[in-house]
Amino acid sequence: MTEPLLQVRDLVVQFPTRRGTLTAVDGVSFHIDPGEVLGVVGESGAGKSMTGAAVIGLLEPPGRIAGGEILLEGQPIQNLPYEAMRRIRGRKIGAIFQDPLTSLNPLYSVGQQLVETIVTHTDLTPTRARARAVELLAEVGIPAPERRVDQYPHQFSGGMRQRVVIALALCANPRLIIADEPTTALDVSIQAQIIALLRRLCREHGTAVMLVTHDMGVIAETADRVAVMYAGRIAEIGPVRQVIKQARHPYTIGLMGSIPTIAQDAERLRQIPGSMPRLTDIPAGCAFNPRCERVFERCRRDRPEPIDVDGSRVACWLYDPSTAQREAADA
Amino acid sequence: MEPAASGQAVLKVTGLKRYFDVSPPLLNRVLERQPRQILKAVDGIDFAIGRGETFGLVGESGCGKSTVARLIVGLYAPTAGSIELEGRDIAGLSRRQMAPVRRRLQMIFQDPFASLNPRWRVLDIVAEPIRAFGLASGKAAVTRRVGELLEQVKLNPRDGDKYPHEFSGGQRQRISIARALASNPEFLVCDEPTSALDVSVQAQILNLMRDLQRDLGLTYLFISHNLAVVRHISDRVGVMYLGRMVEQAPARTLFATPRHPVHEAAARHGARPGDVRPRARAGGRRGAEPDQPAGRLQLPPALPVRRRPLPGREPGADRAAGRRRRRLPRRRGGPHPRGRPAGIAGGNPALAAVARGD
Repeated sequence: MTEPLLQVRDLVVQFPTRRGTLTAVDGVSFHIDPGEVLGVVGESGAGKSMTGAAVIGLLEPPGRIAGGEILLEGQPIQNLPYEAMRRIRGRKIGAIFQDPLTSLNPLYSVGQQLVETIVTHTDLTPTRARARAVELLAEVGIPAPERRVDQYPHQFSGGMRQRVVIALALCANPRLIIADEPTTALDVSIQAQIIALLRRLCREHGTAVMLVTHDMGVIAETADRVAVMYAGRIAEIGPVRQVIKQARHPYTIGLMGSIPTIAQDAERLRQIPGSMPRLTDIPAGCAFNPRCERVFERCRRDRPEPIDVDGSRVACWLYDPSTAQREAADA
Repeated sequence: MEPAASGQAVLKVTGLKRYFDVSPPLLNRVLERQPRQILKAVDGIDFAIGRGETFGLVGESGCGKSTVARLIVGLYAPTAGSIELEGRDIAGLSRRQMAPVRRRLQMIFQDPFASLNPRWRVLDIVAEPIRAFGLASGKAAVTRRVGELLEQVKLNPRDGDKYPHEFSGGQRQRISIARALASNPEFLVCDEPTSALDVSVQAQILNLMRDLQRDLGLTYLFISHNLAVVRHISDRVGVMYLGRMVEQAPARTLFATPRHPVHEAAARHGARPGDVRPRARAGGRRGAEPDQPAGRLQLPPALPVRRRPLPGREPGADRAAGRRRRRLPRRRGGPHPRGRPAGIAGGNPALAAVARGD
């Protein structure tokens, strides 16, 4: 087994506030192998973007990493000094954010922004960097890159802008890209193009991607493995097919059931009662227990740790050998 | 041409057009010899919605579907065409003439954070239509009616004393629905009502909308870009592209056999996550031609059509249903009936290249 590119262990992200400390990410562990796409999915407030921001060292103050470790190629990178982190960002970890308009500077041409990034992170001269910028634009599928390189972000459509943002993230050939809702602001058909592009780049460069999104459809098409987050914790993590087709955690099952589909004729959608708890009042035990159909007393008392269930890791007492006889029978 | 709704259409839209003048200022036009530029946001569409029916309207952003919604509720005046509400043309009515129509025709907006006044209590938000149309007199009666409405959308009547910021997105959308129902409308225009919500909350709202439709006999125009949602809630669906209605059919048959390439390519969006398969990729002019200022300026709907001979009948005609249903099972989870969907780009090498991201 190769060493994972990124290893996150028991990550805790906290926000000190006047009313006490909020824990946005609470003991999250996962790894990403080289060239792998890990999808991180969850509803708003589940902590998925926070996890991504923590990995790339871009937590907004006063948010801070309060515990756990983040290893990139075996080296700890959590809480590095700003300059040290800046060198890792761009060179080893690239980032793609949701809104391509706000991640580009409207006052500089696309070429200037690419050249700046390339010169910062590599030892190319500005002239060579410009040639590289044109190459990158061509690589992300922008037609007539020689001409487009001198244009400004407003002259690009949403999908094309997102391609530019991807080109920026690729400037220094990073090993890992954190993509936070890269397709959410885009139209459906453009989404498909961007996803195909990400997949192709991954394959050709061996770049790993941490894909943060709320769109299960995007995950299903793009990711190799998926982590389902709920209230700052990972409810379930495993191969994408496994999680989607045979979800184990009651939250994942409910989430899948609530997605309307083209093939089904159901009169009503399955719905999960209630909504995700606020960070101020996450229940004791399993965070999902007040909404869970299969809750029992242990769920209200003890917090479940992820355990192996058929190739996935699931944080649910139902699958604990001591509580679930059925699981024992299966095994 | 509307099989389902010709009998007693609540709403009938005929030849509806709305153009926007997006020309540069006169001086620029003269100096730079530019012609006037007309944006044909809605360019001649027809549809009818029967009583108690849900008509879904889908299309990509910029195709004109929200303009249709605004035309119907009278937020825009149409450039041409008629909008008949129970036989009476409401296009171009004066403000005063429109007032009684507005009571019967309400709208639910996309963003529950922007569509509720943050400085009003929920009670006042929901009571506004009641007061505006004089539907209840006296404070106690208004409060009682608001309480009923809040219960109808599964909120607590006591929530009336709170402000919108105290509610989650899904609860706010419930408040929007309560407000829309306050004037006892028959017809609701829902413009992307669940697009801003998480999926589990979306499921709650869609179920609620169905229950309300059943209990109150409402008719919906449901606008969304999410085909799976539209498929779920609609009886019939219209697909818009560049301001035109390119396809109209009962929801079931439409999704079993998409007839139009736009729709077919878009259909993947609704793909159940379980169908782990590549998306149909749509090319399209926005991606294909960087020099086009905006994809829909005075353009004929020159679609990158994959020419597939259509049997000689109207799209959505009911007699097609038999054949289409037979194809349905194969699509569930299994491979696409025609192998990998060619998508829009199928027929055009240049577009195909763009779609592949080459």
